[in-house]
Parts: sequence; C-alpha cells; structure tokens
Amino acid sequence: MAQALVLGRRTSGPGVLPGFGLSIGFTLVYLSLIVLIPLGALALKAAGLGVDGLLKIAFDARVLAALKISFGVAFAAALINAIFGVLVAWVLVRYDFPGRALVDAAVDLPFALPTAVAGIALAALYAGNGWVGALLEPYGIKVAYTPLGIMVALVFVGLPFVVRTVQPLMQELDREIEEASATLGASRLQTITRVLLPPLLPAVLTGFALAFARGVGEYGSVIFIAGNMPYVSEIAPLLIVIKLEEFDYRGATGIALIMLLVSFAMLLVINLIQAWSRKRYGHV
Amino acid sequence: MAMSDTDDWRAAAATAGATGEGFAARAVLIALALGFLALFLVLPLVAVFAEAFRNGVGAWWAAFQDPDGLAAIRLTLIVTAIAVPANLVFGIAAAWAITKFRFPGKSLLITLIDLPFSVSPVVSGLVWVLLFGAQGLLGPFLKANGLQIIFAVPGLVLATIFVTFPFVARELIPLMEEQGTADEEAAMTLGASGLTTFVRVTLPNIKWGLLYGVLLCNARAMGEFGAVSVVSGHVRGLTNTMPLHVEILYNEYEFVAAFAMASLLAALALVTLVLKTFLEWRYGGHLAGGRGH
Repeated sequence: MAQALVLGRRTSGPGVLPGFGLSIGFTLVYLSLIVLIPLGALALKAAGLGVDGLLKIAFDARVLAALKISFGVAFAAALINAIFGVLVAWVLVRYDFPGRALVDAAVDLPFALPTAVAGIALAALYAGNGWVGALLEPYGIKVAYTPLGIMVALVFVGLPFVVRTVQPLMQELDREIEEASATLGASRLQTITRVLLPPLLPAVLTGFALAFARGVGEYGSVIFIAGNMPYVSEIAPLLIVIKLEEFDYRGATGIALIMLLVSFAMLLVINLIQAWSRKRYGHV
Repeated sequence: MAMSDTDDWRAAAATAGATGEGFAARAVLIALALGFLALFLVLPLVAVFAEAFRNGVGAWWAAFQDPDGLAAIRLTLIVTAIAVPANLVFGIAAAWAITKFRFPGKSLLITLIDLPFSVSPVVSGLVWVLLFGAQGLLGPFLKANGLQIIFAVPGLVLATIFVTFPFVARELIPLMEEQGTADEEAAMTLGASGLTTFVRVTLPNIKWGLLYGVLLCNARAMGEFGAVSVVSGHVRGLTNTMPLHVEILYNEYEFVAAFAMASLLAALALVTLVLKTFLEWRYGGHLAGGRGH
C-alpha cells in the first residue's frame, strides 16, 4: 500500500498531501519581501551608478585600502583557522581526555556569542593594559588598534567553520585504510600526509572558504579592536557605515556591491569544491 | 619552537603504534589545541564577566538601573518576539513545500533561502536603507504618508528577520527530507484532514528540530549588531537594542556598564550552547543529520 502510494507520487508529481499551493505561495512571497526585493534594491541602486561610477568608487584610494585590509586579513585569519581547526577537530575526534565533551561544545561559542560582546572583550584583552596586551607590550608587539587586532577578531569568529566542516568527515575516516597503510610499511607521518589528509582536503577548503567569507563581511567583533584608522586598519564594512553616515549612498552601494559579488563568488567556489569532492571521494 | 615540536612529534610517531600517535605526540597535540581554544574562546568569555564584575556586584547591578539600558533590553525582546515567530512560520512552510512535494527549481530555492548567511551584516542593513531610507526607492512614498521604517523599530525588525532568515528552514529541510512522506500519507489514507495530519503527525516528528532551529535563530536575533546598527539611528532609549547599547556605553568609556550589559548577552550565549548541546545529546536522533553549523 505504502509502496503503491510512493510509486504514485513518483509518477504523478505532487502526491496526496495537501498544502502545496499555500506553503509554496507563502514561501515565495516571504522570500521575495525579505530577501529578493531588498537585494534587488541594492542591485538597482548599483546599476544607477554605471560601470564608470562603480570603477571610480572601487579605485578610490581609501576604498581600495579598506578592501585590501578586509580581504588580506580575512585570508590570513582563515589560514590560521584552517591549520588550528584541523588540529582541534583531530584532537576532538581521535583523542580521549577529560572534559572533551565540554571543549567540543565550546567550539560553537563564536556562533552563539554576539559579535559586539566578542569585540569589546577582545579589545579589553589585547589593549596595552589588558591581560594579553600587557604580556606582549614589553616585546613591542601591539595587537589592539592594529591590523593584527583585526586578525585576532576574525580568528575568533571563523574558528567553528573549519572545525565543524572537517569534524564529521574525520569521524567517518575508515581505520582500515590506516592499518593497510601501516602494514604496507608507511611511517605514521606518511600515513597522515598521504592517506588521511587528502580525503579531508575538500572539507578543509570548504571550511577555509566559509571562514574567509565570514571574515570579509564581519563588522561587530572587529570595529572595537581595529582602531579604525583610514588606510591602516579600516575594514570595508566600516567604510560602508561611514559613507552612510555621510549620506554618501552611492559610495556605500558601490562598496556593498563589490562585497556582495565576492560573497556570491565564494558561494560558487564552495559549491564547486563540494561537487568536485563528491565526484572524487563520494562525499562532501 | 616549531622545530622541536615537529621533532618530538616525529620521534613519538616512530615509536607509536601502527594507527595512533605515541603518548608524547598526543600530549603535545592536545596541549596545542587546548591552548589555542583557551586563548581564543575561553579568555574572551572570562574577560566579559571579569570586566562586568570589576567593581563588585553592586556596580554591575547599578548598570541596570539606567532607563536607557532597560529600554534597550525591552526593545531587544520586542524585536526578537516578532522576528523569531515570523521566521518560524516561514521555516515550516518552506520545509513543507520543499520536502513533501516535487517541483522544478527546488535546489535554486534552497540556495536562495541560504543567501542571507553569505551577506555581510552591514550590507543586510544597508539594503533596507536603500529601500526605505530618505533617499531610498520608497523613501518619498513613505514620507508622503508619514511612515517611518528606517531609524525606527520596523527597520530593526526587518534587518533582524533578514539576518536570521535561514535558521529554522535550514534545520527543518534536511530533517523532513530524511523523514519522507510515508507517515503523512498513512494519516491521510486513514481519513485525517490535512491540518490534523500536520498537527498530529508532522509536528511531533519535527518538534526537536524545530526547537533547535528556534534556539539558534533566537540567539542570533538577540545578539545581532551590524545589520541593526545600520538601520537603528542610535536614538538612546528608543532605537537601541542591547548590543547597540553596549557599543554606546563602551564608546563613552562607561566600561563597567558596557560589560554588565554584555554579560547578559554572554549568559544568553552560554544558555544557548548548553541547550543546544543537550538537544544534540538527548534528541540527536530527532535532529537533522548533516548539519553544517
């Protein structure tokens, strides 16, 4: 009976269940009102700038500097997260130690902690008189109010992306492959670099891309620790806010469009990595 | 230091079993991972509470006697009370349409639902300013009718709905996909109405996943900063939510008050994490399997 129903559904499109019209109608209207129309407004405003206007905004020295800082620092932070994210995931999956479950739960803290709270906490820690800042000061290392401070904030917000992307795959790694590798005479280092890490690479890249995309757009956790000096430690999202406060809607729209295009490009890259991974390794 | 770590690790690896690391290598790797997490996760959290209680519980409590602070707490609760149920209803509708029926363009629809997660918070606020602001597309129309959305509560609600848009849907879609349609079809065949089927069959099946999605949605709605900062206008006592009030206090060097307000938000984050971990531990089988984050 159930099988007949399933077969029926397969051959005749929408099946016996009601509510398709209502649910898809509501979904499309709500999606349009909340997401598509507002993003369309941005596209429309940006189209009004024209290609020349857009290029003029993009190549303005201050905008260019802010974009370089946002992308450069987000890249560095994502790289640090890729390395330590894999390490944390490995330790959580492979080793047993007291408090492991607590540590595992704590990894999600940056998802749950409001960015402004993280921002002022990091600024207080890394300022010259803060717990960490005071330790670094004698060595002439300044973190707060420099690009290094931006990186600290972006490492904080990006950390869970790599761990949570890599962790489920690590759990599924087949121990027999490791045993085979060891039996065939590979050293443990060879087994790790040649056998264990390659299948994880797509997940690491996906986590890296997610952390990078988040870092480029991040605002709340950065502005308190960055110092926000134009050309030195001013991030692109902050420049959008500054342009808005100066009622320079054109400038704000131009920078927003550039950032939006990059986010969509990152989304595409992530999808391509996953499609490639599915083909190559049979998993995401 | 990096050199000696590697050397230790190699030496330990050489003496390790076939498919594991030696004791020393394990200890070094665990210490590195925990050290990193302590520095980047635990220390900031501890700092929030240490700064909030720097001058004692009395000073912490005094921070909540400020009427503007109380107004910020009230506003955050109002905005969340509108945004979360709106996205909850949407999440259920979208998941029902996507998982119980077949139609062309489904994967495009799922991609569009996830879109707000890849937009910078500041841009998520900006789009509403471009639509409803004084120089926005509908600005003249709103002005002529005496309506205000930007720099007012409706703008805060819209920006919050935008940034929390995917949470419930992206939890429910994979869950209901796994569950299929057999239960609902059986109920319908036995004569239940569509509404009865949904309330008595579907809802009990998805309740833990629903709660999980609402939990994450709620945490983000209460803590959102970038998007609401753009549309708020920062009018004390009127359009400041809790995170925005934290910023104002901090910029005015009222550090104890800023961290006191921040400690409430940090406590909310901790409660969220505890409930989330509990749901995963107790009802993991009733949650979507392949959860990204």
